[in-house]
Amino acid sequence: MAKMTLESLRALRESRQQGIERRETDGKEIHVIIGMGTCGIAAGSKKVLEAFINEIDAKKIENVIVKQTGCMGLCYVEPTVEVKAPGMPDTIYGKVDADVAKKILYDHILNGKLVSDHIYQRPAADNVVKG
Amino acid sequence: MHAEIADFLVDCLQNSVEANAKYIILDYFYFVDDRIEVAIIDNGKGMDSEILKKIQDPFYTDGTKHVRRKVGLGIPFLIQAVNLSGGHFSVESQKGKGTELRFSFDLKNIDTPPEGDVNGAVVQTMMFDGDFELEFNKKRIENGIEKGYTIKKTELTDALGGLSDASSIKLAKTFLDSQDEDLI
Repeated sequence: MAKMTLESLRALRESRQQGIERRETDGKEIHVIIGMGTCGIAAGSKKVLEAFINEIDAKKIENVIVKQTGCMGLCYVEPTVEVKAPGMPDTIYGKVDADVAKKILYDHILNGKLVSDHIYQRPAADNVVKG
Repeated sequence: MHAEIADFLVDCLQNSVEANAKYIILDYFYFVDDRIEVAIIDNGKGMDSEILKKIQDPFYTDGTKHVRRKVGLGIPFLIQAVNLSGGHFSVESQKGKGTELRFSFDLKNIDTPPEGDVNGAVVQTMMFDGDFELEFNKKRIENGIEKGYTIKKTELTDALGGLSDASSIKLAKTFLDSQDEDLI
């Protein structure tokens, strides 16, 4: 691989963006948030992150923001992924691997169908409204 | 338990992000056939000497992230891996000033974990929410000859217009991998 400069990186980025008809995305982004706490890392969340990024990039799926976060409090079902998509309930998936990640992408994100076998509830203590 | 050295990097860098560091330096020095030396230096909230002792205990956490959770395994995992493979670990911190964490792995020890995807770990860390700078200094030292490069998070985000979509994230990783050309 030839060594890239920051200028060539910028040019590559711009050339990829050309030709993509950008839709109006205000408030319509889909967020995929991957749990990368100690528990997630130990359970293999990196493979899940890679699966999402590779698949979203390969299929040129727009409006998906991929982020990572720390422990969601569900260490026993790591790797975990939270998906926030318009018109769908915010959903936490657990026991996710690369195959489940693809299923989440195609079923939940593209077709609005929950991947029922992998849904988990936030720990009860985190749902208590502090007042 | 973490499988690769890259996993420890993500975990420890995340500690710096969560300590609200605005500037994080990652030194990753690869001494061929000898050792890997890592330093993570941040200007986050830091710790006093009492807390500094406790972080080495797997049954200690500051308790702010998750109510009633009683474990904090990031640093203990690292210490365990280092101890099992003849490496070194040290941490210094000053409350309100920041933390300096250093560790090394002995490449001649069979129990040293594989290196893993170090550049991937750096890009992953950059994907955390938060307004922080990450300076990545990578060096490879062979027969006394030192080669290396420095790249900052803001340089990548400026060129890519952010690091939140899959395409930018992949480009950032490709860019870092291509910088490794300088090291050989």
